[in-house]
Amino acid sequence: MSGPGTSDREQLAATVLATLSFLIAIVGALAFAVVYIRGPEVVPAYTQLLGVSAMLAFGGAGAGVVFWAHGLMPQGPDIEKRKFTGPSPEERERTATVLKESTEAIGRRGLLGRLLFGALGAIGVAMLLPFRSLGRAPFPERARTGWKAGRRLVTEDGRPVRIDEMAENSVLTVFPERRVRDADSQTLLLRLPPEIIRPLEGRESWSPEGHIAYSKVCTHAGCPVGLYQVDTQRLLCPCHHSAFSVLRGATPIFGPATRPLPQLPLGVDREGYLIALGDYDVPVGAGFWTWPSAARKGTP
Amino acid sequence: MIGRLARWLERRVGGSDFLRDKLSKVFPESWTFLFGEIALYAFVVLVLTGTFLALFFDASHTETTYFGNYSPLHDVEMSAAYRSTLELSFDVPAGLLMRQAHHWAALVFVAAIVVHLSRIFFTGAYRRPRELNWTIGVTLLLLAILEGFAGYSLPDDLLSGTGARIAYAIIESIPFIGVWLGSLLFGGLFPGEEIIGRLFTLHVFILPVLFFGLIGLHLALVFRQTHTQFPGPDRSEDNVVGVKVWPTYTAMSVGMFMFTCALLFGLGGLVQINPVWYYGPYDPFVVSINAQPDWYMGWLEGSLRLFPPWEFSGARFMVANPFFPAALLPMLTFAALYAFPFLERRLTGDRGEHHVLDRARDHPLRSAVGAATITFYAILTIAGADDIVALLFNVDITGLVVFLRVAAVVGPVLAAYVTYRWCRDLAAGTAEAASAGTHGEAAKDEGGDGEQGPGQRWSPRRRWRLAFAGLAAALGYGSARRDRPPDGRS
Repeated sequence: MSGPGTSDREQLAATVLATLSFLIAIVGALAFAVVYIRGPEVVPAYTQLLGVSAMLAFGGAGAGVVFWAHGLMPQGPDIEKRKFTGPSPEERERTATVLKESTEAIGRRGLLGRLLFGALGAIGVAMLLPFRSLGRAPFPERARTGWKAGRRLVTEDGRPVRIDEMAENSVLTVFPERRVRDADSQTLLLRLPPEIIRPLEGRESWSPEGHIAYSKVCTHAGCPVGLYQVDTQRLLCPCHHSAFSVLRGATPIFGPATRPLPQLPLGVDREGYLIALGDYDVPVGAGFWTWPSAARKGTP
Repeated sequence: MIGRLARWLERRVGGSDFLRDKLSKVFPESWTFLFGEIALYAFVVLVLTGTFLALFFDASHTETTYFGNYSPLHDVEMSAAYRSTLELSFDVPAGLLMRQAHHWAALVFVAAIVVHLSRIFFTGAYRRPRELNWTIGVTLLLLAILEGFAGYSLPDDLLSGTGARIAYAIIESIPFIGVWLGSLLFGGLFPGEEIIGRLFTLHVFILPVLFFGLIGLHLALVFRQTHTQFPGPDRSEDNVVGVKVWPTYTAMSVGMFMFTCALLFGLGGLVQINPVWYYGPYDPFVVSINAQPDWYMGWLEGSLRLFPPWEFSGARFMVANPFFPAALLPMLTFAALYAFPFLERRLTGDRGEHHVLDRARDHPLRSAVGAATITFYAILTIAGADDIVALLFNVDITGLVVFLRVAAVVGPVLAAYVTYRWCRDLAAGTAEAASAGTHGEAAKDEGGDGEQGPGQRWSPRRRWRLAFAGLAAALGYGSARRDRPPDGRS
């Protein structure tokens, strides 16, 4: 079964094709070098030409080898006896004997063996502790944000927002002052026609002059709820398409989110700037194991 | 030259009998065996291009600004990670080629693994003695997805940052330990100052070390246990029919490596991928629409989007919504993958050693399970891009989500049914063909080897026709059995 098993004609064709392919590979490699040395300032479509020349170089080399292998190398079919089988019974027996004898030699020191396992276990547990250094205790921070009673609402540039500056049906991303750009404190401030807001019970005073503020962190998987649809008064999370009703306490109306976006109680200070009247009453963002107890503790 | 080196080694290390034995080892040939090789060679390209990139990448959250060749982002505040990604794309010669080839290689790597795994599944190659190698392969798939996600998250652009944000929420949703686990991984609450450095260590050290070890073990086991082969003339459980490792198989494999490189560098040069400069640096309060992860994360994104708004909340504790689609589902997925060979063994009672591969049609139930699985994850992947689909077909996204929710349940059942019928009809057609053929009895004796019994050979076109007739029959249009076997005249 050795020998290429192809005709002279086919062998000649394979030789010619392989030769051509290897030549293309060399040209491709040279082209790659030239493009690289000339550099992106001189060569237009630099990255594209690098890619094409590399493709020629590798492709040519690959084609050459394959033509060679197909036309000029032994094709088989070769047949080999499959040697893979489990061990023979005698072999297994011999191994078992060796194992048994050596194990018996150790086995008489049973107490030591158990102590060794105990020691290794204790070391394992002790060595796990340093992994604790990787993080900090997540609570109480996870249940809080940077909002406090009296804190002004500021834009991402740190500019405070006045009660009279927003147009109706406009939206702004705000942060508590001194915690600008804080991920957990990000809040969407909307101004709506006051008469269309249907506040939840106990929140009647949270939206002065139609200003209403919700946590911008989606209660599903934590993405910023970045889209506001004016015509349907919905907030939309672009990640997984949860939709929240702006007029009705940001309750979820579509998608995987189950909990409303927490609402920030708003007020106005003496100089006419919008302020928070407290923190959110529940943890912002996605749910977690102790969310319900954290939510109850956080009630202002 | 090679001879002298071999002699030199032989005198010091020995093992010429080993070498002789291995060089004349026979490997069976089939184009379906190439996917594992493609995965291996994509991995080699990943290591080479990745090493190049690592020399320029700065895995840090430190705030900085960029003033290189890409002027639209001059003077924008960004992390050092994002800046160095821009620099190695625009200011390092050949850097963009390497980065794009690296990203394409990652996509091809995971894709090749998945196709390879499907081939192993449908041909029953995981049966004894290869269950161990199946579990190593499944582990490699798991690590490949993790490695891909870690790499995707490094540039600290808007998309990758959003992906990390979602990952954090998924981790938080895990009962008991979620919030703590998130804090340990991210070095505090999201986003923290640590995650990019840690993902970098994971991406370029911890996972690659595991890859090297497991890939080596995977290949060593293939070598040790010998390769499976499809049934055919002269082929049996006791032999391997194919070509020898040296020189033909080696040459073909080197050719495959070269082709993989050609494909990946061609894509890297010509087809833009992950243009992070359009997305901008990550800011936790900015988000973009129509954002999709790399394809191999699409099923998780899709399951997050499709899973209904369910959450289990008590007075003190809750199991949050993302846990079910994005933590539990992957756990069950991989548990099922790991368990399958052992499960099948239990259910069928087949404990024998197998070196000859099955054909999908001869195991309709297994094929149906495979088809249902693929359909389920394909629907989830489509759901991961449902906004694009909605835009493309101009349909309402809410309606589409409802449709896909139904499809994710009904689709796999339907696929299983159709596949089952298809396999049964094909097998029946095969048997009929075998008994009608000249060497019908011989073919029948070999069990399921009938389509191409000794002396028969159907043209590829004919085989396709038969296959599609089978599909049509399974769907209730006509019958595959009408397709007569070749009798020497056709």
